[in-house]
Amino acid sequence: MNFILKMAWRDSRASRRRLFLYSLSVVLGIAALVSIGSFSANVRQAIQAEAKGLLGADLFVTAPAPLGAPVTDYLGSLGGEVSREQMFSSMMTFPEANRLRLVQVHAVEGGFPFYGAFETDPAGAPGRLRAGGNVVILEPTLLAQFGLRVGDRVKLGTTLFTVIGAVRKVPGESPGVAMMAPRAYIPMASLAATGLAGREALARYRAMVRLPAGRDPDGVIREMKERFPAIRLSFETVEERKRNLGRALANLDGFLSLVGFVALVLGGIGVSSALHAYVREKIATVAVLRCLGASARQSFAVYMAQGLALGLAGACAGGALGVAVQKGLPALVRGMLPISVDFFVSWPALLRGTGAGVVICLLFSLLPLLSVRRIPPLAALRSAVAERVGMAPDPWRLAIIASIAAAIAGFAVWQTGKISVGLGFAGMLGLGFGVLLGLAHAVAWAARRFVPRGLPYVVRQGFANLHRPNNRTVLLLLSLGLGTFLVLTLFLVRTTLLREIQGSGAAGRPNLIFFDIQDDQIDPMERVASAAGSPVVERAPIVTMRIGSVRGVTVEKLLANKGAGLPDWTLRREYRSTFRGRLSSTEKVVEGAFVGRADPGAGPVPVSVEEGLAREMHLHIGDEIDWDVQGLPVRSRVGSIRAVEWRRMEPNFFVVFPEGVLEGAPKTYVAALITASPADSARVQRAVVDQFPNVTAIDLGLVVETLDGIFSKVAFAVQFMALFTVATGLVVLAGAVLTGRHQRIRETVLLRTLGATRRQVALIQLVEYAVLGMQAAVVGGLLAVAGNALLARFVFHIPATASIGQVAAAVAGVAVLTVATGFIAGRGVVDHPPLEILRQET
Amino acid sequence: MSIQAMLRVERLTKTYGTAAGPLTVLHEASFELEAGASMAIVGPSGSGKTTLLGLCAGLDRATGGSIDLAGERLDSLDEDERARVRNESVGFVFQNFQLIPTLTALENVLVPLELRGERGCEPQGRELLERVGLAARADHYPVQLSGGEQQRIALARAFINRPKILFCDEPTGNLDGDTAGSMVELIFGLNRERGTTLVLVTHNFELAGRCQRILRLRNGAVASDERTPGAA
Ligand SMILES: Nc1ncnc2c1ncn2[C@@H]1O[C@H](COP(=O)(O)OP(=O)(O)O)[C@@H](O)[C@H]1O
Ligand SMILES: [Mg+2]
Repeated sequence: MNFILKMAWRDSRASRRRLFLYSLSVVLGIAALVSIGSFSANVRQAIQAEAKGLLGADLFVTAPAPLGAPVTDYLGSLGGEVSREQMFSSMMTFPEANRLRLVQVHAVEGGFPFYGAFETDPAGAPGRLRAGGNVVILEPTLLAQFGLRVGDRVKLGTTLFTVIGAVRKVPGESPGVAMMAPRAYIPMASLAATGLAGREALARYRAMVRLPAGRDPDGVIREMKERFPAIRLSFETVEERKRNLGRALANLDGFLSLVGFVALVLGGIGVSSALHAYVREKIATVAVLRCLGASARQSFAVYMAQGLALGLAGACAGGALGVAVQKGLPALVRGMLPISVDFFVSWPALLRGTGAGVVICLLFSLLPLLSVRRIPPLAALRSAVAERVGMAPDPWRLAIIASIAAAIAGFAVWQTGKISVGLGFAGMLGLGFGVLLGLAHAVAWAARRFVPRGLPYVVRQGFANLHRPNNRTVLLLLSLGLGTFLVLTLFLVRTTLLREIQGSGAAGRPNLIFFDIQDDQIDPMERVASAAGSPVVERAPIVTMRIGSVRGVTVEKLLANKGAGLPDWTLRREYRSTFRGRLSSTEKVVEGAFVGRADPGAGPVPVSVEEGLAREMHLHIGDEIDWDVQGLPVRSRVGSIRAVEWRRMEPNFFVVFPEGVLEGAPKTYVAALITASPADSARVQRAVVDQFPNVTAIDLGLVVETLDGIFSKVAFAVQFMALFTVATGLVVLAGAVLTGRHQRIRETVLLRTLGATRRQVALIQLVEYAVLGMQAAVVGGLLAVAGNALLARFVFHIPATASIGQVAAAVAGVAVLTVATGFIAGRGVVDHPPLEILRQET
Repeated sequence: MSIQAMLRVERLTKTYGTAAGPLTVLHEASFELEAGASMAIVGPSGSGKTTLLGLCAGLDRATGGSIDLAGERLDSLDEDERARVRNESVGFVFQNFQLIPTLTALENVLVPLELRGERGCEPQGRELLERVGLAARADHYPVQLSGGEQQRIALARAFINRPKILFCDEPTGNLDGDTAGSMVELIFGLNRERGTTLVLVTHNFELAGRCQRILRLRNGAVASDERTPGAA
């Protein structure tokens, strides 16, 4: 033991500068792991904060009846904060205009929103609302429609309220709700005086809860369901809101896991290529040690001790560098960020990165070090160790390869939180590894067999370097190829995700909706809107109806018999259904087939039911529903079940009828427009409402803006993490090329001693690196295209996009980087006087 | 095997598997060397001298035949046991010195003892360095030494563990005449002082002539094995 440490120390002494170069690769790898992990944590946190702003609280608890004392007491006991809200529809009188309008009243109390902001115009309104009194904050369309100003009066029930502002943005509202009716916010305390409390139909009572840190909303929901089984409570959480935003946020999570995984493997590549080169350099020393009687174990232990020290020092330095990058980079890029992300050092990410780094360092360094055990003492007699033909595979080697595979798969599963996805990542990596390994052997073989003798000497030498003993073909092809594969996969996935996110944004989406348009008003209304500069982009007829019976059982019976399992709201509600001949761009059939046209005489009408509703009502294809269409019975059967992207602002519907059935029924229209600016929106609203006073407008501009804010954050996160990881990856790869430079020093020097010019020596290296760089880049690129397609299909569930131009540019980039780095690394060798190096290396 | 034989080689064969098929570089070589004796192995380049020497010193495994070294049957030992034998009984001097570039002269000399875990062996190392005339260079690295100096350090290293047998592969092959001469004196001097058995490969007839026996190899086979008249 004593000898081992002494030898390890002494041996490191003279080559410390070189050891430093190697440890640089280790440091870079671990720094990548740490800073990527920490940035991921930042980005996740920023997005989570944004998502919390969507709900404004950790949890909504909603019921169709007042939440009793047991429920409110329980919520109060959680140690967070609770706010209350009561919502119902009511007529509002606008005395100045002498008109009536149905509004959605929100009577609120408490500190809500806990996250995000209640934004109004003017800004102070929420504070005045909380202070109480007969004040109201109105939907801006109402102000526009009735020419109201702050300070004007409106009447709810028997009480006059003073308008104190217009709603700009309020957390917790989903766009679907906003579409039902314009909103009016009043203090809860003022509700009693209106005489409306308790009389209104279909009221909803809600508690908005902020939970103490660390309390899991889903746990609270489970406990409440157990404690209050008799009360019909519904819950909403931030996670659910995130899910409703579509795949973008879930995909961001998946993407960040992928980034972490790529960082780990990049770290591994950095560490193992450095140690591999280092061990190769030590073969002569080990052989001498063996001649002097050191056992295989002893010589292994000497270098293991060095490897361990290297790993530990590298991990510490890498961790520190990661923190430095974390601290320094945001300051550099802050000005360029489209959004604000709070950058902080994530200590768990730091610990995890460093820990994973040490483990990876250990495993990856064991692999090249194992060969130390097999360096024969004979190597001291003959410097070039002949290929060891017929040597049995080292069982330790296999064991270590297996542990590396297990560690990587384990890390992937840990990162992604899903066994299948984690194993998928690891499997993809394994596949890439196999392909590249095969390629490396094929290249070495081909270089031996097929290089024409007619080629110039330097070219032949360059090719020969690919198969000669001590070649770097396998190592470089593996590290460069895998690096390219991973980095480019990340880049392509980024493109794929960004395209998807762009599709989710507001560009080209309606942001102004008119509804309650009468049958005979729709065509003139479209003309008015066009004249005002914002043509209608989409319109849909709406026929209101109620459910008469489900699968032959009448609603009355179902309601009387609570055990039927169908939620009341699905049975009682007034359905606003539409009819059309095709699916809209926001819909996708998940079961059955959409029928676009039906004959009223030909049996039950095939309708398309929205997925969520179908789940609530336990509906299956073929189930019959009888509708009461304003007095007229219509029998239908479920023909298809649709998935609807509710996050998009186009009018969406629970039930879609085919053409040919409802055309004669009394109907209204909803029309969607795109306006360029708030001023445009106000102008169109005024023009339309002036002509058609019964029509209601809802300006979705701000809702759309909120969602866009989130999507742009997600887009930024994807963009930033991808580019940062790609940049880190390139540095690690350059390091891998660099660490091997000493391997060719002796030959290069000998060639120069024999009269080769510096140009010739440089050209030989150029050929070698160009062949390796190109092969690695091309194969890595192809693997990345496949990887992107697989990830898009199985992890992100979106169509893959990969532009040939991008792939080609990336492939060319990696090839150039390899050649350039190889060239620069070689220059140091070429510039030294041969004598100096010959003496050093003997 | 006679009691006093230090090295006994019987029908030793070495075959390498190469891309062009098996290549036998040593063919049924046999000889015996008693303790304290000296023997030179000579022959044209490529005749298998280094191969034979390496096998005898336990640096590699033979394809066939047997080797007894200092009472141990080398071919029945595994690599680590052979390493022990090398450490306890064998000294080795290479044509290209093979000092460990990262260790100082003194540290290089001490490696075999430190490998065994011995402590306080520094005086022994300095004494040997003195004996080869390099006491003043103890703390120098190999790159700071000339070829002859490096080879003397290597010789000191070979003797530090008081080997029973010393193998030298062309110890003077990389040295000029005068330096080679003083190297030869050192080898035989130390050999005599410590009663070491000596096997050396050389092209130098003067050096070969100072050994008690000369073994000639040709194409991997023993061509002749004779005693020299004026053995040292
Ligand atoms: N690993 C090997 N594979 C194939 N042939 C080898 C190997 N090592 C040595 N040889 C061959 O063995 C023969 C004897 O080599 P060697 O013992 O070094 O000769 P000498 O020392 O007498 O010059 C040579 O022809 C050499 O080419
Ligand atoms: Mg030889």
